[in-house]
Amino acid sequence: MSLLELFYWLEYLPLLVEMRGSPWLFPAIATLHLFGLVMIGGAVLVVDLHLLGFGLSRQPTAELARDTEPLLLTGIAINLTTGLLLFLCFATKYYYLAPFWVKLACLTGVLIFTFTIHRRVVMDHERTAAASRLVAFVSMSLWIGVALGGRLIGFP
Amino acid sequence: MSALNFMEWLAATSGSIALHESRYLYLVVLTVHVLTLCVFVGTALIVDLRLVGATMRRVPASEVMARLLPWSIAGFLVMVVSGLLMFYAAPLDKYGNLFFRAKMGMLVLAGINVWVFSKTVYRNISEWDLDPVPPRQVRFAGAAAVVLWAAIIAAGRMIPYQQYWFD
Repeated sequence: MSLLELFYWLEYLPLLVEMRGSPWLFPAIATLHLFGLVMIGGAVLVVDLHLLGFGLSRQPTAELARDTEPLLLTGIAINLTTGLLLFLCFATKYYYLAPFWVKLACLTGVLIFTFTIHRRVVMDHERTAAASRLVAFVSMSLWIGVALGGRLIGFP
Repeated sequence: MSALNFMEWLAATSGSIALHESRYLYLVVLTVHVLTLCVFVGTALIVDLRLVGATMRRVPASEVMARLLPWSIAGFLVMVVSGLLMFYAAPLDKYGNLFFRAKMGMLVLAGINVWVFSKTVYRNISEWDLDPVPPRQVRFAGAAAVVLWAAIIAAGRMIPYQQYWFD
C-alpha cells in the first residue's frame, strides 16, 4: 500500500466520514486545536523570551521551565490528538499540500529539539548567553514554522 | 443612521471592497490574527493561571504581571487592528453573524472582568502578592478570564460556520 492509498483508506473510515459531514464536530475539534496552540504558545514564549532576556528574565531558568512544562505537555497532547483528527478528515488533500509537509517537518524537528538540546541548555546553570539565544531562536523559529504551516494548510 | 445603514455604507467604501476582493492581503491579516493568539492569549493565560494559583507559585503575582502583561497588551493591540481590518473587509457579513455578536459580547465581559479586578483586589495586591494561591476573588477573576478567552476563541473560530448553523 502506498502512502496515498493509506491516506485514502484512513479518510474514508466511518468515524471520519461522520466528522466531515457534521456541521459542528470539525469546527469544535479545530477550536480545541487553537486552545492547544495557545497553551504551547504561552509555555514556549515564557521560556524562550526568558532565554533572550525578556519577560520573566529575573527568574531561575530551570524553575521557569519546570513551572510551564505541564502547560506545554498538555498543549502538545491536545494538538497531536486534534491535529491527527483534522488531518485524517482531509488526508488525501493534505498529501498534495506543501505546507502540510513543511509543518510536519518543523513539528518533528521542534519536538526532538525541545526535549533534547533545548532542555539540556535550559537546565544547564553554566550555559553561555550565546547558547541561550541560539536555542531560543531555533525553538521559536521552528514553532512559528509549525503554526504558519498549519494556517496555510487551511487556505483556499 | 442605524447600525445597519452604517455597515452598508462601510461595505461600499473602496477600502472595504479592495480588502474583501484582495487575493492575499485578507489571508495575511487572518494569519496575523490567528498566530498572534500565541502572544496575546498565551502570555495572558500564564498571568491568569498565576492568579488562580496554578503556576509559578513561587514568583510574586506582581512580577508575573509586570513582566508578561506588556507582551499581552502588545499582542492584544495586534489582535484588535487585524480584527478591525477583517471586520472592515466584510462589515455586513460580520454584523449579521451570531458567532461574531457573541464574540463581541464576551469581549465586553472580558473587559469588565479586567476593570473590576483593577478596581478591587488589585488595589491591595501587596496583601496577596506572595501567596502561592491568591484569595478567592483573585482566583475568580483569573478563572473568569480563562473561560471567557476560551469562549471568545471558540466563537471566533465558528464565525465562518454561520451558514451551516443558521442560514
